[in-house]
Amino acid sequence: MDITEYIQLVFTDYTLRTITLGTAILGAVTGMLGSFAVLRKQSLLGDAISHAALPGIAIAFLITGAKNSNVLLLGALISGLVGTFWIRGIIKRTHLKSDTALGLILSLFFGFGMLLLTFIQKQPNANQAGLDKYLFGQAATLVESDVWLMVIVTGACLIVLLLFWKEFKILLFDADYTKTLGFNTKFIDILITTFIVLAIVLGLQTVGVVLMSAMLLAPAAAARQWTNSLGIMVFLAAIFGAFSGVFGTAISASQNNLSTGPVIVIIAGVFVLISFIFSPSRGLLFKQIRFIKNRRDLQLHKTLAFMYHIAETHDDISHPHTIKILNNFQGFTKGTLQKLVDKHYVTLHGSDWSLTKEGFKTASNLYNQQSENNE
Amino acid sequence: MSSAQIEIQLIASLVAIACAIPGTFLVLRKMAMISDAISHSILPGIVIGFFITQDLNSPLLILLAALTGIITVILVEYIQKTGLVKEDTAIGLVFPILFSIGVILIAKNANDIHLDVDAVLLGELAFAPFDRLLIAGVDVGPKSLWIIGSILLITIGLLLAFFKEVKVSTFDAGLAASLGFSPAVIHYGLMTVSSVTTVGAFDAVGAILVVALMIAPAATAYLLTTNLKRMLVYAICFGVFSAISGYWLAHFLDASIAGSITTMLGVIFLMVYLFAPSKGVIAVLYRERQQRTEVSLLTFLLHLRNHNEEEERHVNHLNEHINWQKVRSKTVLELALKNNMILIDNNIVSLTKKGKDFTSQAIDYIITNEDSKIEHMKDDFFLFRG
Repeated sequence: MDITEYIQLVFTDYTLRTITLGTAILGAVTGMLGSFAVLRKQSLLGDAISHAALPGIAIAFLITGAKNSNVLLLGALISGLVGTFWIRGIIKRTHLKSDTALGLILSLFFGFGMLLLTFIQKQPNANQAGLDKYLFGQAATLVESDVWLMVIVTGACLIVLLLFWKEFKILLFDADYTKTLGFNTKFIDILITTFIVLAIVLGLQTVGVVLMSAMLLAPAAAARQWTNSLGIMVFLAAIFGAFSGVFGTAISASQNNLSTGPVIVIIAGVFVLISFIFSPSRGLLFKQIRFIKNRRDLQLHKTLAFMYHIAETHDDISHPHTIKILNNFQGFTKGTLQKLVDKHYVTLHGSDWSLTKEGFKTASNLYNQQSENNE
Repeated sequence: MSSAQIEIQLIASLVAIACAIPGTFLVLRKMAMISDAISHSILPGIVIGFFITQDLNSPLLILLAALTGIITVILVEYIQKTGLVKEDTAIGLVFPILFSIGVILIAKNANDIHLDVDAVLLGELAFAPFDRLLIAGVDVGPKSLWIIGSILLITIGLLLAFFKEVKVSTFDAGLAASLGFSPAVIHYGLMTVSSVTTVGAFDAVGAILVVALMIAPAATAYLLTTNLKRMLVYAICFGVFSAISGYWLAHFLDASIAGSITTMLGVIFLMVYLFAPSKGVIAVLYRERQQRTEVSLLTFLLHLRNHNEEEERHVNHLNEHINWQKVRSKTVLELALKNNMILIDNNIVSLTKKGKDFTSQAIDYIITNEDSKIEHMKDDFFLFRG
């Protein structure tokens, strides 16, 4: 299938359109809220909450006996919130650390959920099949009403984000200051946490319990590398998330036997990898280039300083010396010498070198002032 | 009880012990989430191992999968070292991606291999006794029993041999390094043991239960004791107890054994979390309330000392001025009266000599902020509590 054909199919085919839209919106909303989770150092909360939502789904099914996805999501939301606040309780009330609390709630809730799921499976109720799609997610089961639900939640989340933007921002970066300004930090905190839980719960049906945390983290972690501004980061994360959704759906739709969730996660992972390497200010590639450049600069300075100390002993600074005497000195290479020549600090005559006036002046001021030549 | 039932309980108990030992150290080293990451990211290792060996129980597969676990740890540490993201984000990025690779590997080869994701994540203990190990044609017991048994033996051997090294490096990595034990070697050793245990146990109980069995008993034990040896023993006891009681719960409900064991772990944790003698929630709340009363009492006495005017010392005035709720002001008043700190005469409160001495000591402490000053006041505080 070529690309134009696929794009045409996205607009004409009901299932494909729904799934593409659904995953794109989901990616956008999780990316947006994930930025806050990452910056608040709650990255693993997503993992814990998505696991903790499982018993809620099972209990909602046990109570209502129906497989209405909205009711199940409500159950998931409640149990996710219970898990979140229990995690906080453990961290606040006992000396157990946050990682232990997260791991505890994650595994205990999930295990309890499994118990309930297997219990349901043994019940004489034909309706139960398909609850375990929440484990690994099945984007193919998305229908239009699910997408509408996502749109509504995303809209609500956008409105709340815009309304409370400065509160969220200040709480994120300086919680104590926020308190002294008289904001109700508890309320803001609960609000943003609730929305994070909501986004996670929404994603369960599509990418599943296990992979949900990556949906939350990956776009945000990728966006973080490109900017230092919260607004741009949230925006970029939303875009990365949406594109992961669209590309992931496209790849899994064009291949056999590929479930959407893992593909989306891998695409998001690719975004992260690219950002880690190629981001101009923080990326590993440019960092390494800057590192090498700085080292060369330093070597250049060292060579120049060494030459300066030799030239100092002579009355005539342009007195020629042989290149050989530089050889026992570490920072010297043919390249650095050539560079010095290019900068007109040094002139070469056969196998002799001599400092120019300009070179002498630069060398004498090398450690006295911050030389402007950072190149 | 049939022999299969005994075997299942035996396997579950051995898994619980094998998990509790590394789990205790993971919890103490604040690396509990690493076990979650390992348990997920061994999936590609298992799949690739399965392609090579075609046998879920082969030792080579266990080694390969354990290697993936160690690769996860190294990757997380590498990403963290670049400083681009925090440690928890690094964990949260690495394992879902590795897990996704595993899922896709399975999906792409679904026709060739007999392995599904559910089995890896959830395990099925009930089937464990059917996979027998035959040596020279003689049935010597279920394979999982032998695998987890040998892992447990190795773990216990390592624990006994390196107990003090692990202990020192857990609580004071700097001291351990200066004494000549490389913290890195111990760190990766512990990670290796955790990975091998996770892989060895996943077949029987599933990856998620491994996480529960590692963290929950250790966390529960940590709420009860601060002694490492005792913590290990408690963790093992909790693990084994929930393994066996979980089995019977599952038997009774006809549900997943792994899920029931986790649920039992959860129940035990909840009980200890609420009722632990000094660190449980109820104990903490009680202590906080007591301390609040003590501080209130102190404020109240200091207020009395600062004011000689009668209207400032009127009982009703306290409600307004110090802004306490009625109930608390009554408690504090009674407490002070009972300890002969104050006298109430015609609804006017005044300090007794004892109260005056006490407040001057308190002011002394507040001004100097020296610990020694508060020492003899503590006796008085104990008086209040009684």
